Amino acid sequence: MLLDVRDLRVEFRTRDGVARAVNGVSYAVDAGETLAVLGESGSGKSVAAQAVMGILDTPPGRITGGEVLFRGRDLLRLKEERRRRIRGAEMAMIFQDALSALNPVLDVGSQLGEMFVVHRGMSRGQARARAVELMDRVGIPAARERAGDYPHQFSGGMRQRVMIAMALALEPALIIADEPTTALDVTVQAQVMELLARLRRELDMALILITHDLGVVAEAADRIAVMYAGRIVETAPVHAVHRAAAHPYTRALLDSVPRLDRKGRELYAIRGLPPNPLRVPPGCAFHPRCPVARDICRTDEPPLYEAGEGRRSACHFWRETLDG
Amino acid sequence: MAEPRKSDDSMDATPNVTEVATADAVTVDDSVAAIEATVERGEPILQVRNLVKHFPLTQGVLFKKQVGAVKAVDGISFDLYQGETLGIVGESGCGKSTVAKLLMTLEKATAGEVFFKGQDITRLSGRALKAVRRNIQMVFQDPYTSLNPRMTVGDIIGEPFDIHPEVAPKGDRRRRVQELLDVVGLNPEYINRYPHQFSGGQRQRIGIARGLALNPEVIICDEPVSALDVSVQAQVINLMEKLQDEFNLSYIFIAHDLSIVRHISDRVGVMYLGKMAEIGTDTQIYDHPTHPYTQALLSAVPVPDPEAREGRERIILSGDVPSPANPPSGCRFRTRCWKAQDKCATEVPLLAVPERFKGTGGHAAHESACHFAEEKDVVHAA
Repeated sequence: MLLDVRDLRVEFRTRDGVARAVNGVSYAVDAGETLAVLGESGSGKSVAAQAVMGILDTPPGRITGGEVLFRGRDLLRLKEERRRRIRGAEMAMIFQDALSALNPVLDVGSQLGEMFVVHRGMSRGQARARAVELMDRVGIPAARERAGDYPHQFSGGMRQRVMIAMALALEPALIIADEPTTALDVTVQAQVMELLARLRRELDMALILITHDLGVVAEAADRIAVMYAGRIVETAPVHAVHRAAAHPYTRALLDSVPRLDRKGRELYAIRGLPPNPLRVPPGCAFHPRCPVARDICRTDEPPLYEAGEGRRSACHFWRETLDG
Repeated sequence: MAEPRKSDDSMDATPNVTEVATADAVTVDDSVAAIEATVERGEPILQVRNLVKHFPLTQGVLFKKQVGAVKAVDGISFDLYQGETLGIVGESGCGKSTVAKLLMTLEKATAGEVFFKGQDITRLSGRALKAVRRNIQMVFQDPYTSLNPRMTVGDIIGEPFDIHPEVAPKGDRRRRVQELLDVVGLNPEYINRYPHQFSGGQRQRIGIARGLALNPEVIICDEPVSALDVSVQAQVINLMEKLQDEFNLSYIFIAHDLSIVRHISDRVGVMYLGKMAEIGTDTQIYDHPTHPYTQALLSAVPVPDPEAREGRERIILSGDVPSPANPPSGCRFRTRCWKAQDKCATEVPLLAVPERFKGTGGHAAHESACHFAEEKDVVHAA
């Protein structure tokens, strides 16, 4: 097990009260595996990743419990200095918006090279050469010339490649990609996803892919973890989920997206809205929107039940849901 | 509130009707649905002819000299029929939002015509323009910035009545606004609330209610659900379909999400660098595309079905979209096209039914602007 997140809890203190953004999240990633974390905005998928990565803004955020075991060490107990050495070298992150994630006043060659200077103690010249190599590897044409360009001089897709190059620089064992292609056009998204998949294979990295797009999940992931209101409601191998979901929320999500390959009838619409993190409903957080909710769902928070085939579901009625 | 649906079957200005008549085995139901959708169509309510919008590029401060132009929309023609939804898809920079602004007469066309019920609206001004604008309304992408945070929902939805008082007399407005709130599925008692008290999906409903206020016949929707969460998108899409049936609205639905466009559209146009690459019914475009760009675009869309990922053909385009200020000669897609030949650099391909498919009656017989149009299914697993 490369990464094992156990019962992670993150709170935000706000003027209106305490928001439990991540409320007991557990997931694990094996070396070389791709785990997709799927959720809508406010589900806590990005906050959980930031806590794992150690880049959560504290305050206002606060990790109130849990363990993040990476190669057996609990990262939450390490000193910031130790964590910084792990970040970049052993685990790295790719963000949605490359333009705001890159430094606008440094050319990309220097930004990429900095990784080698700081972590590997290389000279500026050596680092520059490695940066050009990296840019070439992620498919940026005329890498040598473009290394002197600034982020704004690149197109969206090329910028995302620069950020991928930066994440890959030190060949980490784990990459966390937070909506890496959401800001990109679909033909460029396909280019970037293919690049990520190829590099992941070549370097045998594990990937946590945070996304709201069921299509991207189906194309890229081995396993999926579905989040709702700060909790994981279902984890399963990707193939199993698309055959049958073991949680009504997963199922509703699958039914609510229109399909490219056939003209559907009326879309299934989940009634109501995702809950306000300041006022998460008691019991199962999904019960006010759930078509199969019963009394027990209003009072008892469901644990993650083992539901066979390597899947877990946080639904009291997972068996019925699986059977349709 | 709206006129009854016109079922004008005598006007046979719809060549697509015959083209979708042969159903293929995989999508029998779909084709039947498509036929029904096209047969119900009446006469064109909007006719766009050779529409052009160039934004000048200037140099110098005092004596501005035009040094070029961004050719955002460069000669586009299509029809919108009464009661139908025409989807327009394309990547950023292809000119689809500029088309929306031109149809709304928010931008002045450089050349070309837009006929609304036979009247060229690009040449109108003053009172005549105002009257036409009442009939063409818009729903915007971002429900967070398109609603004034200092106005109540009642004021926002009622504001169109200030500009067109003939639609709702003063004493009647509050009741009309409440009616509109009810129509879009919001509680009419929310009339005095402010936008920040609503979720994204609810705000988009407010935007839709405002769009409906003047009983328009055409609504132009520019990415109306792309800012919304998946579970909320379906609610808004279903609402828009319901309203279309109820009020016999015609939609131009602009979006980059090809799956949503297929779901809601009767016909779909694919734009690339200011030109229409291909246009046809949803079955023609999605299941039988003939333009290489459409094929690349469709093949790039991830389908939420892991079984399909092995069997589908993927076309990964190289490079980025060229600048609309300096588009390639001939066919604009040729610099990224795997089929490009010398002819593509010199001759601009016209948007027409390709010669080889004419009279075949198959789904491939629809308008496509490619010298080497060829049918290819990239959506379904082999």
